[in-house]
Amino acid sequence: MYKYDEIDQQIVDERVAQYRDQTRRYLAGELSEDEFRPLRLQNGLYIQRQAPMLRIAVPYGMLSSKQLRKLGDIASKYDKGYGHFSTRQNLQLNWPKLEDVPDILAELATVEMHAIQTSGNCIRNITTDQFAGTAPDEIVDPRAMAEIMRQWSTFHPEFALLPRKFKIAVSGTQDDRAVVQMHDIGMEFYLDKNNKIAIKVWVGGGLGRTPILGSVIREHLEWQHALTYCEAIVRVYNLHGRRDNAYKARIKILVKALGIEEFKRQVEAEWAHLKDAPNTITETELARVSKHFDAMPYEALPAHDASFDTAIASNLAFAAWAKRSLHAHKISGYRAVTLSLKPHGSAPGDATTEQMHVVANLAEKYSFGELRVSHEQNLILADVKLSDLFAVWEKARANGLATPNIGLLTDIICCPGGDFCSLANAKSIPIAVAIQQQFDNLDYLHDIGDIELNISGCMNACGHHHIGHIGILGVDKDGSEWYQVTIGGSQGNQASIGSVIGPSFSAEEMPNVVQKLIEVYIKERTDEERFIDTARRLGVAPFKAHVYADKNAAKDEVAA
Amino acid sequence: MSNLIINNAVANDEWTLVKLPASQIAERKQAGKVVLFKLTGENTVTDEQIAGTVIPATGKIIVPLSVFITRKAEFQARIASNEIGVWIDTHEVLESLIENQADLNVLPIIAVHVERFADGRIFSLGALLRTRYDFKNELRAFGDVLRDQLFFLKRSGFTSYLIRADRSAEDALASLKDFTKPYQGAVDNPNPVFKRYNRAV
Repeated sequence: MYKYDEIDQQIVDERVAQYRDQTRRYLAGELSEDEFRPLRLQNGLYIQRQAPMLRIAVPYGMLSSKQLRKLGDIASKYDKGYGHFSTRQNLQLNWPKLEDVPDILAELATVEMHAIQTSGNCIRNITTDQFAGTAPDEIVDPRAMAEIMRQWSTFHPEFALLPRKFKIAVSGTQDDRAVVQMHDIGMEFYLDKNNKIAIKVWVGGGLGRTPILGSVIREHLEWQHALTYCEAIVRVYNLHGRRDNAYKARIKILVKALGIEEFKRQVEAEWAHLKDAPNTITETELARVSKHFDAMPYEALPAHDASFDTAIASNLAFAAWAKRSLHAHKISGYRAVTLSLKPHGSAPGDATTEQMHVVANLAEKYSFGELRVSHEQNLILADVKLSDLFAVWEKARANGLATPNIGLLTDIICCPGGDFCSLANAKSIPIAVAIQQQFDNLDYLHDIGDIELNISGCMNACGHHHIGHIGILGVDKDGSEWYQVTIGGSQGNQASIGSVIGPSFSAEEMPNVVQKLIEVYIKERTDEERFIDTARRLGVAPFKAHVYADKNAAKDEVAA
Repeated sequence: MSNLIINNAVANDEWTLVKLPASQIAERKQAGKVVLFKLTGENTVTDEQIAGTVIPATGKIIVPLSVFITRKAEFQARIASNEIGVWIDTHEVLESLIENQADLNVLPIIAVHVERFADGRIFSLGALLRTRYDFKNELRAFGDVLRDQLFFLKRSGFTSYLIRADRSAEDALASLKDFTKPYQGAVDNPNPVFKRYNRAV
């Protein structure tokens, strides 16, 4: 993974000093609440319901063992001994003290980490596929370009105060796992007909209260121009995006209002001036950064391992875990492993200090000292030998990290919700926990098969509810918490936004509502169909009819 | 005590800022070249305001863009003696300045007014004035200008900063040096870090 040189280190060190002084001025009354807000937000510090929340950047989801160990230490020293991995592959601490944040940043800087631009109206952490560099369907490893873009976007002077937040995702695989169509800018790397790295650029996608899939603004962009082309897009947005209404301020609203053709015309006119400017990426720079992502020192291994095969055949629990948690690898004899942060009955994406230490040790011992955070809020060991998998499983299981539910109904994506977040309309964690308890039967979960259930506590959509096969959105009705349900949303190449099935439900009704949706699927599915396929084929109607049948019957009774 | 920073030091202000008279009309206007869309809620400058703007008879003055355009004939002699600068609001459109004044370098100063700290349009305007329209003279930020914008303003081509009256310009100087080796190329140094240094692995 990328290692800092003196220049990178100096920037994070100077950032610590800058933020320490900003905090000092705020506490001394030299900065008003309103003046400090954009400053602390650009450093990932929110003021929440109970305490501040600090979001620590995990660039494109990559962590070293040393970094994860430090995150565990920080969670224990400055927080309540746990952290929350977010859908943007970052780590959030829910209970730090505002006065401690400069010290936390100083500790992070010792392991080449920071909280720069994890919030605020600026370019946020760039996200990508958690299997970058290891996935068999990968065409271009996007991490070097993601790092080059991270550096470019860090304290970019022209884009420090945009109309609204700005999210970029990059992907280099056949099957998109980075949700590029749901980002302000999505970059899909591919090899063009001359076998050169090229980029298909998407713009104006996003979730939030106005979910929109991105539009292609350029089918073919040579990689050298990635930064200048982004500058053209963000400049047009910076000058013309709305600033009078925060809810209409994302770039998607500008793109929609102008139409993609007019927006593209303006961007291309701007880019005509910026193309080949000094920010054009050089071969030397790409080669320098790419070297940090060179292939691991893999052993030459056969495609099968006898001890692994024996363990699968003799240990049902291990086999069940392996079926869900292992992912194909470019290199023979290796697998990527997802460690579940979704044990039934606790907040999705949370990890304790002890768990962080365990995973750091596992990565060190079995996966070249590196790991990744997925946007599904799990942790990934990307390079494990087949012969080591049983040992990894035993250690993970002993520490609550081996729930065999990856990609199943209880592998829920969930925001912190009303328990923590001051933006939320409703709680989301208790809904996730109740659903996990309702479906706490592994055979049944495996029978239901691949499905994505996403929960957001408000329309800001941190839990990506629009693209869940089942999406749950917390809404406020006259001061009480209700939940709106969508089906048919999806991430990936066939990305789609879910449709609302009908009037919203109370929290108590939710596990049963999900149960009924699943019942329709089980009854109607063909042999090959996943939930999403059945939902797409049949549409909302049969699901709606079954879910609301009891409610309608109850109404009829009252009427009669 | 002056609250103006020029380059890296507190300095006296030689310029008088000419303001528009207050307007009663707070209409929402469609501003900018993106007339299809851009509803930013900023006030329109009215003909009455432009006509009613009082121009001091002598001295160096910075006049509002709308006044400069509409009453340009009045300023010709003083432009020749380097007494006229122009200020623009962040929602105003640079093209309207260029259309009326092709060579910006006859102006010794252009100032950009930022009403709210969070309005980052000022940075793009600075970059465009410097790189697109080759403006070489003093470029000033005024309005809600606080020390934590200075580093970004400097990198976007600004050379002077009128710090908000209730804050110390002396204290603000430190923030011009927040970062020693920024990553990306910008106006003050067009080369990104990978072209400024040898970053061998």
